Amino acid sequence: MRTSPRNLFGKVWAAHAVRELANGQTQLLIGTHLIHEVTSPQAFAMLRDLGLKVAMPHRTFATVDHIVPTDRQTEPFSDPLADAMIKALRKNCTDHGITYFDLASGRQGIVHMVGPEQGITQPGTTIACGDSHTSTHGAFGAIALGIGTSQVRDVLATQTMALGRLKLRRINVEGRLGPGVYAKDVILHIIRTLGVNGGTGFAYEYGGAVFDRFSMEERMTVCNMSIEGGARVGYVNPDETTFAYLKGRPYSPVGAAWDEAVARWRAVASEPGCQYDDVVTISGADIPPTVTWGINPGQGIAITETIPDPAKATAVDEKASIEEALAYMKLRAGAPIKGIKIDVAFLGSCTNARLSDFKEVAKYLPGRRVAQGVKAIAVPGSQIVSRQCAELGIDRVFRDAGFDWREAGCSMCLAMNPDKLVGDQLCASSSNRNFKGRQGSPTGRTLLMSPLMVAAAAVTGAVADAREVFGVIH
Amino acid sequence: MALAKITTITGRGLAVPGNDIDTDRIIPARFLKAVTFDGMGEGLFFDARKAATAAGQVHPLDDPRFRGAGILLSGANFGCGSSREHAPQAIQKAGFRAIVAESYAEIFFGNATTIGLACVCATRADLARLAAAIAANPALEITVDLVGREIRFDGRKIPLTMRDSARDALVHGRWDPIGELLEGAAAVAATASRLPYLAAPQK
Ligand code: SF4
Repeated sequence: MRTSPRNLFGKVWAAHAVRELANGQTQLLIGTHLIHEVTSPQAFAMLRDLGLKVAMPHRTFATVDHIVPTDRQTEPFSDPLADAMIKALRKNCTDHGITYFDLASGRQGIVHMVGPEQGITQPGTTIACGDSHTSTHGAFGAIALGIGTSQVRDVLATQTMALGRLKLRRINVEGRLGPGVYAKDVILHIIRTLGVNGGTGFAYEYGGAVFDRFSMEERMTVCNMSIEGGARVGYVNPDETTFAYLKGRPYSPVGAAWDEAVARWRAVASEPGCQYDDVVTISGADIPPTVTWGINPGQGIAITETIPDPAKATAVDEKASIEEALAYMKLRAGAPIKGIKIDVAFLGSCTNARLSDFKEVAKYLPGRRVAQGVKAIAVPGSQIVSRQCAELGIDRVFRDAGFDWREAGCSMCLAMNPDKLVGDQLCASSSNRNFKGRQGSPTGRTLLMSPLMVAAAAVTGAVADAREVFGVIH
Repeated sequence: MALAKITTITGRGLAVPGNDIDTDRIIPARFLKAVTFDGMGEGLFFDARKAATAAGQVHPLDDPRFRGAGILLSGANFGCGSSREHAPQAIQKAGFRAIVAESYAEIFFGNATTIGLACVCATRADLARLAAAIAANPALEITVDLVGREIRFDGRKIPLTMRDSARDALVHGRWDPIGELLEGAAAVAATASRLPYLAAPQK
């Protein structure tokens, strides 16, 4: 008898489901647990209060990212609160026997970069981290869940968490992307199309010709922002690209174990003809270079479009939200997004601070200068990316163009380290959130876009079409 | 661990209207620079409050008429954005024991439930009615009844909805799953042993 074709989500869920809980949720085994300094100290304190130990310390990995200053990583940090946080993390890891990629390890970085780089992030696994962008790890065909601090405690204490089963939406991106259109545009377009809460209750499975051709780094960019579309989880089925990326990483299996792992990873992928609760298909050719103009990641438009007019909104809700966004962003309805002056350009974050991001921009930067009056900073997401860029001379290219080249961390993605917007500065940013006050100033303004679009804005001093500025033809 | 059974919540209301209110707005990131949740309540909607004051307005949280409110009203997709539990912690530490909104972001909803903060849904029209009643009489007593699945105020009632698993957890005093998860230790070990790729990693 043939069993019906199964999807990856169902297979991984079934393999990790320990038992059903009294309220109908599932006790789900978490294969790999990642922690950082912001959301873990309270969890360790709860553990201490309850007199509990870490159940499987070898399955938890830690690094420090949010609070690290990027101009100089040396301790003590000038901010005593930040300093207390890194010390607490270090102590908790030592006390509980947890592997910690500290500043001196040469492997520190944003937690969502460290997992893949080390080969800790593997297909068919469940991964949890007290950080919503844990969805990034789904690029490898893992079910990767962002969790709160009480759940960090649950995972530390039991290596499991309580979770209700999610529905599964398949998102196909077919055909080809146009020149100057990147993974970032794909996800901004998906969120714009399906809405910021379109994914509530769903896991997203991304596929189609565009994803088949994507590198692991591009897949990570898309999966990273699944949460911005309301989906808790986003993943891509593992394939040869995945295996090639993982081969030879510090925590990847070796020898016979490698071959077994690849066979297992291959088998976990969704099978042709499997069921989904919903299917959405998008044509890659329809995706433009996309820029956000508002205060949530769904408020995006093509670089060639004009800023929405609340008067033309069809729903009452939409009208109010456009008005609120325009008032905060100090932007004019109906004006072209292109040409709006920027103050800051930020190239970094767990969405777009990988080697390929800097490499792509570095292709176009030589001979260019950051426009006068613009503060431009480039921040590698990990110490490894930082070293790779140095080896390839990419840091030089950025410095020569007038960028401030920094050390690894979350930097200006959010306001927990010295990198912040000031007043109502407008920032062209490769990060993932444009919420009010997200980049450190309560009145600061963020426009999300791809790294090359950030560079185009940096060198022209205004929101610009990278295809025109750099003559991108692919 | 015996947890309180959360069946009805009674208190006065306070509305922070709007859709897509994100966790950065609920508690700005700079307040996350802490190793405990103590004092989180003070950071609640901090920047929104300051902006209101600067604009010569009074944010509901700073309006003396709503002081001591225990039930927070808001719009759709409440709590979107980051996974920071600091957000529901701040709301709870500021004295709220229930939220009534049109809908919630997934992680926020789970985080709130786990700390015993009830997140119930009402329709937009009912929320508007409730908000209008509170605006007219800030001292109005509101009862969120998780068992009867209704919200009562001013002699009226409106239906509430809530995901069964969460309602069940609150009503039966199982909202913090740690005890039940710990009880599953043997089953956890069995499941873990069936998954070869989860062996202790080599260094
Ligand atoms: S880079 Fe930004 S989104 Fe990513 S983990 Fe750091 S703060 Fe969060």
